[in-house]
Amino acid sequence: MAAITMKNIVKEYGDGFKAVRDVSLDVQDGEFMILVGPSGCGKSTLLRMIVGLEDITSGEMRIGDRVVNQVAPRERNLSMVFQNYALYPHLTVYENIAFPLRLAKKPNEEIDRRVRETAEVLELTEHLDRKPANLSGGQRQRVAMGRAIVRQADAFLFDEPLSNLDAKLRGQMRTEISRLQRRLGVTTVYVTHDQTEAMTLGDRVAVLRKGVLQQVGSPRELYEQPVNLFVAGFIGSPSMNFLPASFDGTHLDTPLGRVPLDDPRKAEAVGDRQVVLVGIRPEDFEDAELVSAEKRQRGATVRVRVDVTEWLGNEQYAYVPYEAPADLAGQLRDLSRELDSDQLRTQAVVALDASSLITAGDEAELWIDTGKLHIFDPATGENLTRDEERVAALGRHADRAREAQRRAQQDGNGNGRPEAKAGESPSG
Amino acid sequence: MRESGRSRVLWIIATALILIWTVFPILWIVMLSFKQPGEIGNAPKFLPRDWTWENYRTVFSTDLFTSALINSIGISLIATFVGVVFATLVAYAIARLDFPGKKIILSFALAIAMFPVVSLVGPLFNLWRDIGLYDTWPGLIIPYISFALPLAIWTLSAFFREIPWEMEQAAQVDGATTWQAFRKVIVPLAAPGVFTAAILTFFFCWNDFVFGISLTSTGNARPVPAALAFFTGESQFEQPTTAICAAAVVVTIPVVVIVLLFQRRIVAGLTSGAVKG
Repeated sequence: MAAITMKNIVKEYGDGFKAVRDVSLDVQDGEFMILVGPSGCGKSTLLRMIVGLEDITSGEMRIGDRVVNQVAPRERNLSMVFQNYALYPHLTVYENIAFPLRLAKKPNEEIDRRVRETAEVLELTEHLDRKPANLSGGQRQRVAMGRAIVRQADAFLFDEPLSNLDAKLRGQMRTEISRLQRRLGVTTVYVTHDQTEAMTLGDRVAVLRKGVLQQVGSPRELYEQPVNLFVAGFIGSPSMNFLPASFDGTHLDTPLGRVPLDDPRKAEAVGDRQVVLVGIRPEDFEDAELVSAEKRQRGATVRVRVDVTEWLGNEQYAYVPYEAPADLAGQLRDLSRELDSDQLRTQAVVALDASSLITAGDEAELWIDTGKLHIFDPATGENLTRDEERVAALGRHADRAREAQRRAQQDGNGNGRPEAKAGESPSG
Repeated sequence: MRESGRSRVLWIIATALILIWTVFPILWIVMLSFKQPGEIGNAPKFLPRDWTWENYRTVFSTDLFTSALINSIGISLIATFVGVVFATLVAYAIARLDFPGKKIILSFALAIAMFPVVSLVGPLFNLWRDIGLYDTWPGLIIPYISFALPLAIWTLSAFFREIPWEMEQAAQVDGATTWQAFRKVIVPLAAPGVFTAAILTFFFCWNDFVFGISLTSTGNARPVPAALAFFTGESQFEQPTTAICAAAVVVTIPVVVIVLLFQRRIVAGLTSGAVKG
């Protein structure tokens, strides 16, 4: 086990395209780190640089205390699960899992013991003699995992391992991976473009955009305290609404209506900017009729025309179109395209309680939880209202939660570790 | 899906025609090889009047044929082995690496494949005599390899390109050197391709006549197809047709056996199940 330290990592391809720009990232020993971002953001490239399948143009990559920039993949002692599993089709499940051990020239009894232990953990025992071609998608995925955990690697690397599975299986494997990682306590770097995986699996999540690291933090921190427009828009589904607004010292004038800005810290953060972008998550809206009078005081109420509603049973979404100045509308459209959603019109998405009786075409009163709104600088995209104290508190909470989870897993499973005793690892 | 009766009948007729077209000459040779030497011309029938193994005894008791058989087997196997090993390495490099001159190598290989073999026989004859390769095994193995290589390279590089690159990367991450990854993962996966290439190469060498007859003069290196032309049979007063037919059957057998043995391997893709699909 080891920490992975990246310092100013750059990947530049032969044609001058920079896939990864100056990324510095510390993955602590035993941590589950998620790399997330829209397609083409450089997350897979970064992972492949960690494992050594891509050269590092500049910067320093350390695994443990060792600089590995020039070290061949096979000497890095990492194990990886590929997106398409990359199982060896000519070998049985047993031999697939045993492959890394055979290469390490382990004695046969040890190989047999470890392969069987691993198969036990992943419930593959009855499939050991089969070839990958005869396995289902989920079983293949487990074989790929088995091959990764069978030896004492310093870290596990996952490259979108669940993207080839159907939705139900993906959910099961996600929990399985999480449980396994907590139990083994091995440093893990996991690439995904799936929000749910990012939010549920990671101790910390690193958001990348066009090769640039945007923010690293616990899922909660990214959700509650995003550093900029991109992270705010990327994390959360449906995305955060961005409303252009002008500020007159006490009120924000948004296309949905005037919203008071009482918090002096936020008012100060706006400074003398004429125009800002106000970010409000869909769930920070509510049907005003369902909000108690006392709670109403803590927010603002606006009157809007609802265009479309979608009732889902447990909640419902309402769409509220609005007009935005051309330049800001263009900027917002670019952003949504970059987030792979390509929203055509400027509209706010509002999550309402399922019992709300607002219907499409209605004029409706919506309550906004103003305490949770974010204000972004439209020029730089920076979040002006990020609360550093809250960030620190969230960080402490995440550390505690991680420790607790890990203890729970390790106590609960006793000696089920497929890795034998520590200190037996080939690289020492 | 059920086909209509009409198209079924058409299919059967077409299949039968093709079968007759291809199988009839072979059967004819087999029948001739079982006839008495004197029967040819006297009793024009398809089936032999008296079945006899005599022709086979004749060919196997003739030095000309037995030495030619040994030459053919030896030369073809060596040429196939060397050729396929070379072709595997070249094809792997072509499929995996980006190096200057890759296109040139491929088009050069194609050019060799298209080059008329006969036009080279004359110069080779002179050259081989000067450097002492005339009428030797290497004298045939070398041209066989060079003319079989292009086909083998093209076949194999197509197979290598089919293998997902991740296989190899996975092996490297698992702790394999490039050579180990090649030997333990890539070659087994390309086995159908390697077999195909080997069989094609083997047939090319086995069936060759032009080099065989021009670059040899004695039983030292003369392969079977060439030796058949020098066949005299048991008696000088009889046409050796039946014996030649028996010899032809003997040399056809390995080809048939190989195809029957390996056709599944040639056809079956081993890569199924490697990746999602």
